[in-house]
Amino acid sequence: MIIISAIIEITPQLLRGLGITISVLLASAIIAYIVAFVAGLSRVSNNVILNKATGVYVEVFRGTSLIVQLFWLYYAIPMLFGIQLGSNWWTGVIAIGLNYGAYLSEVVRGSILAVDKGQTEAAIALNMSRYQRMRLIILPQAVRMMLPEFGNYTIQIMKATSLVSLIGMRDILYYGDIMRSTNLSQAPLIYVIVLFIYFILALPFIWLTRKGETIAKKGVVS
Amino acid sequence: MSNVLTENKKNSVSLSTEPIVKYLDVKKSFGDTHVLKGINLEIRPGEKIAVIGPSGSGKTTIIRMLMTLEEPTSGDIIVNGKNLWKMEKNGQLVKANEKHIREVRGDIGMVFQHFNLFPHMTILENCMAAPIHVKKENKDEVRERSIKMLERVGLGTKLDFYPSQLSGGQKQRVAMARALVMRPKIMLFDEVTSALDPELVGEVLEVIRDIAENDDMAMVLVTHEMEFALDIADKVLFLDQGVIAEQGTANEVLVDSKNERVQSFLKRFRKA
Amino acid sequence: MGDNFRWETFFDALPIVLQGLGVTVGLTFACFGFALLFGFVWIFFRRIPNKLIVSIVTWVMEFIRSTPPLVQLFFVYYALPVVPVIGVTLEPFTCAILAIGIHYSTYIGEIYRSGIESVDKGQWEASIALNFSTMDKWRRIILPQAIPPTIPMLGNYFIIMFKEVPLASIIGVTGILAMANSYGALNFAYLEPLTIVGIIFLLLSYPSSILIKKLEVKMNTRFDKNVLLEKAKKKSIPDMNLKESDRIV
Ligand SMILES: Nc1ncnc2c1ncn2[C@@H]1O[C@H](COP(=O)(O)OP(=O)(O)OP(=O)(O)O)[C@@H](O)[C@H]1O
Ligand SMILES: [Mg+2]
Repeated sequence: MIIISAIIEITPQLLRGLGITISVLLASAIIAYIVAFVAGLSRVSNNVILNKATGVYVEVFRGTSLIVQLFWLYYAIPMLFGIQLGSNWWTGVIAIGLNYGAYLSEVVRGSILAVDKGQTEAAIALNMSRYQRMRLIILPQAVRMMLPEFGNYTIQIMKATSLVSLIGMRDILYYGDIMRSTNLSQAPLIYVIVLFIYFILALPFIWLTRKGETIAKKGVVS
Repeated sequence: MSNVLTENKKNSVSLSTEPIVKYLDVKKSFGDTHVLKGINLEIRPGEKIAVIGPSGSGKTTIIRMLMTLEEPTSGDIIVNGKNLWKMEKNGQLVKANEKHIREVRGDIGMVFQHFNLFPHMTILENCMAAPIHVKKENKDEVRERSIKMLERVGLGTKLDFYPSQLSGGQKQRVAMARALVMRPKIMLFDEVTSALDPELVGEVLEVIRDIAENDDMAMVLVTHEMEFALDIADKVLFLDQGVIAEQGTANEVLVDSKNERVQSFLKRFRKA
Repeated sequence: MGDNFRWETFFDALPIVLQGLGVTVGLTFACFGFALLFGFVWIFFRRIPNKLIVSIVTWVMEFIRSTPPLVQLFFVYYALPVVPVIGVTLEPFTCAILAIGIHYSTYIGEIYRSGIESVDKGQWEASIALNFSTMDKWRRIILPQAIPPTIPMLGNYFIIMFKEVPLASIIGVTGILAMANSYGALNFAYLEPLTIVGIIFLLLSYPSSILIKKLEVKMNTRFDKNVLLEKAKKKSIPDMNLKESDRIV
């Protein structure tokens, strides 16, 4: 009984951070998806400069750690642009978006390359332009293959949003830490509830990932 | 020249018409292997050509270069009087850009050994995609034409099926309908029956025969179906080690040829 | 905080940040080792022939995998000591091993599972037909086939964990990130030490990932006839029954 009343007391306190967690999740996921497609397509393009430059971006962001990138941008953005971005929200969203954009661009690239070469040849035989081939034939098939990995990485992005509490954003974990510091004996319960909130946020993406797996299996056999 | 030999029996291909395709000393190597060692060839409008020869002799490569799937190492391919792989720029011949290539290859269609249907589209959509997006034709008109074409190849009742729901023979018939809807002047067939179960070969050959007899487009068939080739081809090319070792009417090449290589090839073939 | 990137500061910070490298690399190995071991625990539980246990374990794995490791780290560091009865206070380093190790063991368990499932069904039947004991079946037949193909994937997780380990700086493990932060706090210059941290990560993880790609190719072809032929040649094993003419092209 004591536990239940404690849960009822703690949960609303934590949920004050839900808005920030969700907004960071959505914004950084959208950035990551856009970056993934732009970078992924650049990496399969014939333009050598574009190709190489994107390659460097991808390797740098995949080769270093997200938390390091977050701290680095936190100090570098004001300096490089001479301005405060207005908020740490943007710093967090940009760091997470660019980091996972790099990982996801490899998914995009891999899926495009995984489309059977015969598909391109058939499209050429129908006199399609490069652009038409990509838009009508390759991408629709590649996107189906990408779905499960996009689901997986969205869960990773969701987990990564917890890092923004380290740069002062008031997300779920931030409120958890505040409560823990004033009431240490409740710490186990507080963190368990925090974990459950994150897990509930993850559930739709877990479900989507599984759904994506069946679509991916179905979509590409001819 | 070969003109005398191309005189044919069924379709009257007039000798006076200009060739629609000319290969001028076309060579192709992959790295150090010289696959084609100087091909000279003319294809006239409406002409049906069968290409035969041992495995690895370069049959596929010949037609893939015409479809722009492979670039010749040297030599020229002329289609409708235009150089397929080169264009003029500031008075100089340079490597063609995509725009030029698309302009020139517009009259060419191809059917592949492994069908290469688009798995994410229904068979009707497979047929409609290119006329709509490439030729910018009216959608309703294209739909009507595509349905007619699919009916012609015997798949009028399966318009909304996806390729994965069809047998190999059916897939290959769709692939032919898809190519035909584009109204090419030259159709290329690369061993279109060799990936099929034996019992499905007949239905695909029937469609090719139908096209050969009723459409006036030129056809180039790479095939191992000798009797079929004998039946429909105006001209047979025997390819060996990267050169056209013999050419003439089907009878001349497949029956009367004195060429040793042709004979040993045919002997081996009949045994198999 | 400094207004500008200064090379002077960069070289000043370099030796200090590098002091943390041993801890970072050591923690990575410790977490990885722990995850490798704990991965087997998951596999063990999931092979118990009881649907309820299997589904509970599956959900627990899903739970751990789908929630932030940072929160799990805080749980181990702040909450574990005050849990009634079993509560223990652990060193930050040990906390990090537990939290990061267990988090990634759920992924590693999946890798083991995929490896085991990829072993041909006939192999299980053959080991029954040959009357192997359970222990011998696993040790001599199944695992030798299941583990090698997973080595590149495990290697990838090693690199992923290397990049996750700086999380531990938040609870005071003095790896390179913590060193950079403390240098920053003392000198009001964060950018240079953090840049050093980034470069160190890049220098270590990029070559490793290339190495793993090579390993992957090697693993995929390890029973390839041509590869065996090369090996046989090197060791000059005469009775390998492989002639030059056997080479597959
Ligand atoms: N992309 C390529 N790279 C390297 N070599 C190639 C390539 N394509 C074809 N070749 C080689 O060129 C030669 C001719 O190939 P081609 O496919 O034209 O032969 P083919 O007459 O069609 O044979 P088949 O009857 O087996 O289909 C072969 O030796 C083949 O190995
Ligand atoms: Mg061929």
